[in-house]
Amino acid sequence: MSIKPVSGPHVVAVRSVDSIMRKVIIALLPATAWGIFIFGWPALYLCAVTIFAALLFEAFCLKLKGVAAAPYLRDGSAILTGLLVAMTLPPWAPWWIGVVGAAIAIILGKQVYGGLGQNLFNPAMLARVALLISFPIEMTTWVNVKPILLGPGMMESLSITFSGLTDLDGVTGATTLGAVKTGFSLRQTLPGLLHDYSGILAFIGWERGSLGETSTLLILLGGLWLMREGIIQWRIPLSLLLSIALLSSLFHLIDSQHYLGPWVHLNSGAVMLVAFFIATDYVTSPNTPLGQVIFGAGCGALIFIIRSWGGYPEGTGFAILLMNAVTPLIDHYIRPRIYGRYRNGKPIDVS
Amino acid sequence: MLALFENPRLRGGIHAEEHKAETSGVPIALDMPLPKKLYIPVQQHVGKPAEPLVKVGEKVLKGQLLAYSQGTISAPVHAPSSGEIADVMDFPAPHPSALPIRTIIIETDGLDQWQPLKAPDDPFALPAEEICALVGAAGVVGLGGAVFPSAVKLDLGRKNKIHTLLINAGECEPYLTCDDRLMQERAGEIVTGIRLMLRGMNAPEATVGIEDNKPEAFIAMREACAEFANINVVQVPTRYPMGWDRQMLRYLTGREIPADGRATDIGVVIHNVATAHAVYRAVCLNQPLITRVVTVSGSAVAKPQNVEVLIGTLMSEVLDFCAADKSRVARLIMGGPMMGDALPISEVPVVKACNGILALSEQDIEIPEVKPCIRCSTCVTACPVGLLPLEMASRIRANQLDAAVDLGLKDCINCGSCSYVCPSNIPLVHYFKFASGELYKRQQMDHKSEQTKRLIDDRNQRMERIRLEQEAEARRVMEARAARAKEQELAKQKAQQAQQAQQSISEADNKAAVEEVR
Repeated sequence: MSIKPVSGPHVVAVRSVDSIMRKVIIALLPATAWGIFIFGWPALYLCAVTIFAALLFEAFCLKLKGVAAAPYLRDGSAILTGLLVAMTLPPWAPWWIGVVGAAIAIILGKQVYGGLGQNLFNPAMLARVALLISFPIEMTTWVNVKPILLGPGMMESLSITFSGLTDLDGVTGATTLGAVKTGFSLRQTLPGLLHDYSGILAFIGWERGSLGETSTLLILLGGLWLMREGIIQWRIPLSLLLSIALLSSLFHLIDSQHYLGPWVHLNSGAVMLVAFFIATDYVTSPNTPLGQVIFGAGCGALIFIIRSWGGYPEGTGFAILLMNAVTPLIDHYIRPRIYGRYRNGKPIDVS
Repeated sequence: MLALFENPRLRGGIHAEEHKAETSGVPIALDMPLPKKLYIPVQQHVGKPAEPLVKVGEKVLKGQLLAYSQGTISAPVHAPSSGEIADVMDFPAPHPSALPIRTIIIETDGLDQWQPLKAPDDPFALPAEEICALVGAAGVVGLGGAVFPSAVKLDLGRKNKIHTLLINAGECEPYLTCDDRLMQERAGEIVTGIRLMLRGMNAPEATVGIEDNKPEAFIAMREACAEFANINVVQVPTRYPMGWDRQMLRYLTGREIPADGRATDIGVVIHNVATAHAVYRAVCLNQPLITRVVTVSGSAVAKPQNVEVLIGTLMSEVLDFCAADKSRVARLIMGGPMMGDALPISEVPVVKACNGILALSEQDIEIPEVKPCIRCSTCVTACPVGLLPLEMASRIRANQLDAAVDLGLKDCINCGSCSYVCPSNIPLVHYFKFASGELYKRQQMDHKSEQTKRLIDDRNQRMERIRLEQEAEARRVMEARAARAKEQELAKQKAQQAQQAQQSISEADNKAAVEEVR
C-alpha cells in the first residue's frame, strides 16, 4: 500500500489528450479524402510529405529540448498540425511548400513557445499566412477539379509534387473568392461575376480550392461529430459562422453588386474548416464560454472585413492570428462568476 | 454537450462512474462482532476537542459520557460499548498523516450494557431549546463529513428565524450508499428526526433533496413524509458535486449563499440526512451518537456492503468483516473517492466523519501519465464554483500564489471535478491544496513577524519613554538646582544688601553717635 500522501480525486475519467487528438484527426479524414479524390495523387503526396515533415520537425525539436520524443509523438498533435497545414495548401503545391509549412507550424508556431499547450498562435494558420506572404505564386495556383481516376497517374503525379510542373496554365484557374476580387478590380459587378458559380457544388465541394477546404458538407459533418463527442463546444463555430452570415447578409442587402451573399461566404475558402477545427483549437482560444463567443464573433467579423475590403481574397488566416493575439486579453477580462459573488468578485449582498 | 444553454441553477459538475450498485441493494449489516478494544478520539468534530473525564481503570457503560464538550463549538464523545477504560493516550488518527491524537481506549466487556436511558414520553412536547440541548449532549455532529456540531447549527437556525430546513441527501460521491440505505430502511425515523429539527429551530418547513439515482430511497422518504405537508421530498439531478450543500441549495431555490456568509443569511439551514437520524436517536431514545453507517466498498472488498459500526472500531476490523483482501488494497480511503482522504494505515478508528471505507485496488486508482495542459477548458466547464482551474494551476506552478488567490483560489471547495475530467491528468486539486497550505504557512509567518515587529516597536517605545523620562528628570534636577542656586544667590544678595544697609545704618549710627559725642 502506498504511503505517499495523495489528494483526491482518487479516480479519473477515461479521456486523454491522445484520444482527443485522434478524434479530431478522424473528423478531418472525410474532407481530406474528398480533397484527394477530386485533386488526385499529388494531393495525397503533399499530405503525406507534410505530415511526415511535421513529425520529423517535432522529433527534432524534442531532441533539442532533451526530452523523450516518443510519448509526445504518440499524442498525435504533430500529425494533426501536419494534416491541418496540408489541408490549407493548394493541392498541387510542390513538396517543399509542405515541408516549409510544417517547419513553420511546428518550430515557429509551437516548439519555440515551449511545445504542446504553450503556443500563442494557431500553428497551421501561422504556416498558411507565412507561406502565402513568402510564396504567393505557389500558394495561389489552384488546380482544376480532376478526380483521381481521370487525372494524372501515380507516377506522373510524383513528378508534379516533387519536381514541379512547368506548364500549369491549362489545368488551373481562380477560386471563387479570387475571381470575385479580381473582377471587382476590373470594375465588374456581382451577379455577373458569379455566372458559373453553383451553390450546391460549392456546398458539396466540387470546386477549386485548398486541398481539404472545399467540401463544406464533409467538414460540417466532421465538426458536428466532434461536438457530439464532446471534443468541441458549439460556441466558437456558431458565433463565427453567425457573424459572417449576419454581416454579409447586411451588406449584400445594402449593395448586392459589390458584396457577396452569406451562402457564398460560408461555402468558400476556409470558413468551415476554420470555424470547426482551427478557431476551436483549445490552446489558442479563450477558455470561458462568453470569451469563446466573443472570439468566434471577432474571427467572423475579421474574415468578412478582410475579404470585403482587404488586399487578399481570403482572410481566414489573418483573422485567426489576429484573434489569437487578443485571446490572452479576452481571458484576462472575461471570467466566470464565482459562486456567492458578483462578477466583480464582491460577495453577494443579501441584506 | 449539445445542450445549448446550461441550467444556471446547475453550474459545473461531472458524471463520475457511480459504483453504487455493489452496495445500494444490500441491507445494512448490524451483526458486526463487538471489537475487543475501541479507540475513541476526543476530537471527532469541528471545533475544540472534548476534555476526557474518565480515568484509566474506570468501568463505563454503553452511552456513558467519556469526554465533555469545551467551548461553544465542540461536541462530547460517549462510550460506544460497556467495558473498562484501558488507556487515555495518543493514537494514530484517521487522517492522511496518521499523526496520533488524544484517544480514549475502552477494553470492552462483551456485555454491551446500556446506561439507564431517559427517553421522553412525548419528544414533541419538549421546548425547542431542550431539543437542541439534547442533540448537543448526545454529541451529534454533521454526518455528511463536515462534522460541524449540529446543536450549534440548530441554535443558529432558531436565532436567525429561518424559513427552510434543507436536508441534504445528495450523496453524490461514487461508491457511497450509506445515506441511501439509511433512507431505504429507516425513513420513518429520519422523518421524525427532521420534524424534531424543525421544532428545535421553530422553522416552518423542510425540503429533502435526493439525487435521482436513488429511486427506492426517494419512494421510501416520500411515503414516510406523506402525512407531513411541511416536509417536501424532491429529486435532484445526479451530478457530482450535488451533495455540496451550496450547490443543492442553488439548484432547489435558485439562490446562492454569499461568499462571505452562511446559509442562515438567506434563511436556510442545511443538515445531512444521516444527521436527522442521529437527532431522532438522541431525542426520542436518548441515545448518544455512538454508531454510524459506513459504506465498505472497492474492488479489494469481497463483501461490499453498508455496516452499522461502533465509533472507535478499527478500520482493519471492519475490512476483515467485509472480507477485504489486504494484499490487493492499493489505496485505502476514508470517505468517497473524490474528496476522501487516503490513509497510510488501516489500524485507525472509525470516527463520526467516516461515511465510507474504500479499499481500492491498483486498477481502480490507475491514473495515466501527466501531460502538459492543452487549455481545453474542460475544467472550467466542470467547476461548480465558477473558477478557472487551469489558470490557477499555472499561476501556482509559477509560484504566483497571490495571482492564484485573485483568481479565486480561496473559493475552491476541493471537490476534484477538475482533476477528474482533465484529459492531461494534471493533479489540479493537489496544486490547490499545496497553494492553500503555502498561504497558511505564509500567513503564520506574517503573523509571527508582525508579532516580533510589535514587540520591537513596544520595546523601542518603552526605551524612548524611559529616555524622555530620564531627560525630563535630569532637566527637573537641573532646573531645581539652578533655581536653588538662584535663590541662594538672591539670598546672598539680600544678605549683602542687608549687611550693607546695616553697615550704612551702623555707620550712620556711628556718625550720629560720634556727633552726639561731639
